[in-house]
Amino acid sequence: MKTSVARKILMALSGFFLLLFLLQHLTINSLSVVSEDVFNNVSHFMGTNWIVQFLLQPVLLFGVIFHLVMGLYLDIQNQRARNIKYAQNNPGTNSSWMSRNMKITGIMILLFLGLHFADFWIPELNTKFIEGDMSGMKESGFGLRYFEELQHKFTEVWRVAIYVLAFVFLSLHLLHGFQSAFQSVGFNHNKYTPWIKKLGNLYAIVVPLGFIIIAIYHYTTQL
Amino acid sequence: MSDKLMKLTLKIWRQKDADSPGKMESYQVEGISEHMSFLEMLDVFNEQQINQGNEPVAFDHDCREGICGMCSLQINGEPHGPDRGVTTCQLHMRMFNDGDTITIEPFRAKAFPVIKDLVVDRTSFDRIQHAGGFISVNTSGNTQDANNIPVEKENADKAFDAATCIGCGACVAACKNASAMLFVSAKVSQFALLPQGKIEAKDRVLNMVHQMDEEGFGNCSNTGACEVECPKGISLENIARMNREYLKASLTKE
Ligand code: HEM
Ligand code: SF4
Ligand code: FES
Repeated sequence: MKTSVARKILMALSGFFLLLFLLQHLTINSLSVVSEDVFNNVSHFMGTNWIVQFLLQPVLLFGVIFHLVMGLYLDIQNQRARNIKYAQNNPGTNSSWMSRNMKITGIMILLFLGLHFADFWIPELNTKFIEGDMSGMKESGFGLRYFEELQHKFTEVWRVAIYVLAFVFLSLHLLHGFQSAFQSVGFNHNKYTPWIKKLGNLYAIVVPLGFIIIAIYHYTTQL
Repeated sequence: MSDKLMKLTLKIWRQKDADSPGKMESYQVEGISEHMSFLEMLDVFNEQQINQGNEPVAFDHDCREGICGMCSLQINGEPHGPDRGVTTCQLHMRMFNDGDTITIEPFRAKAFPVIKDLVVDRTSFDRIQHAGGFISVNTSGNTQDANNIPVEKENADKAFDAATCIGCGACVAACKNASAMLFVSAKVSQFALLPQGKIEAKDRVLNMVHQMDEEGFGNCSNTGACEVECPKGISLENIARMNREYLKASLTKE
């Protein structure tokens, strides 16, 4: 934690962790397209299993907070390192927009997380821990509630639009971030790095697109 | 090949000394041949300024053949100008056209304070070198010939490539974070790849990274701007190697 290199390595490790989490999240979301029952059962398991709830969930929360606090901290240091700006700057000739704007795309993701938590996580905490209803059942008492709750969120077009936009920002974040994290932990090899970059582009497009398709699917099936 | 002489508008950062505020000023220069180097163009400009009774603009230079690392300048928003793989002294005026406006600024970084006009103080790089950019060699009369120690070809080539860094600071100037990682990683790699460098390997990377932070350089975001602008083509591979060396050293050093 003491030096720039150590902080960058930790930044990359938290990034890797989030990349893995995102795959898991996408897998479960895809189940909602495949089968209502399977989605309900897996959601109920994730929402009530104590290892997931009291071990994995706090670790995830810590990972997200660590990543964003460290990212913003590094950015403040970086601003300070160039106290006088150039009168004319031509950064487009030597680097990509994505690589220069990780803070912007990151903050967009953070804003989205606010909405996303308000949509799902906070109501979930409320149902389970304030109202004390751990059953996962609908109020009617017939069947699990998760799929229905998911559907109810994707009825307004503005919300779907925000979700889609957020995943575009996530895509931009990862188009740089995926391969950058490998470089940060010291992995750069002429044989493998070109493939890591290709894999990174694939991940950064396919995963956010997956989330987008699922959101639009639920919106259109309810029209 | 046209021998028509160019007339240019120069926007140059003028600053009296380290403590004065500076500002951009506009000038005209004429009689510039496309065969001149950028520094020769500035020589002509200064001569014209002196003839008009004005103070010439101060800029750094020494070898004028791309090997000393003394010349600098942010030209139209890029360190060492728009060409690739060259220093400012090797940049030809044929990269520009008659009537162009060229913006010339000093390399900007908190760790490179301006001394005067376009001259910046790059001794922060020297202090990083002092912190670990050396090896111990027995000089008591029985010095071993370095050629007696075999080095794997791949490593020898990479060490040589890293050693071509001339310490100009263009990497810092190009980086949006004013990070010195490319320079420091070249200096670390040059030794890390050779048997002679193994002895101080751990202390070297830890101390040089520590000094780099002390000097107030920014963090690396892996934008890759440094590699593109580096006149010697120092590769980002070196930064990854430095991070590996750092990780190894910090985990194993007692
Ligand atoms: C919560 C909002 C987020 C913020 C504010 C944020 C911010 C940042 C910033 C500023 C950086 C650049 C750090 C640097 O240049 O040194 C970064 C890098 C990165 N981020 Fe994020 N991020 C967020 C969310 C995410 C998410 C959800 C993921 C992945 C699923 C992610 C994956 C990455 C990766 C892989 C890197 C590259 C690490 C590296 O360069 O070594 N980020 N983030
Ligand atoms: S790495 Fe390249 S740009 Fe940086 S100081 Fe060395 S030669 Fe100059
Ligand atoms: S003056 Fe020596 S490298 Fe340009």
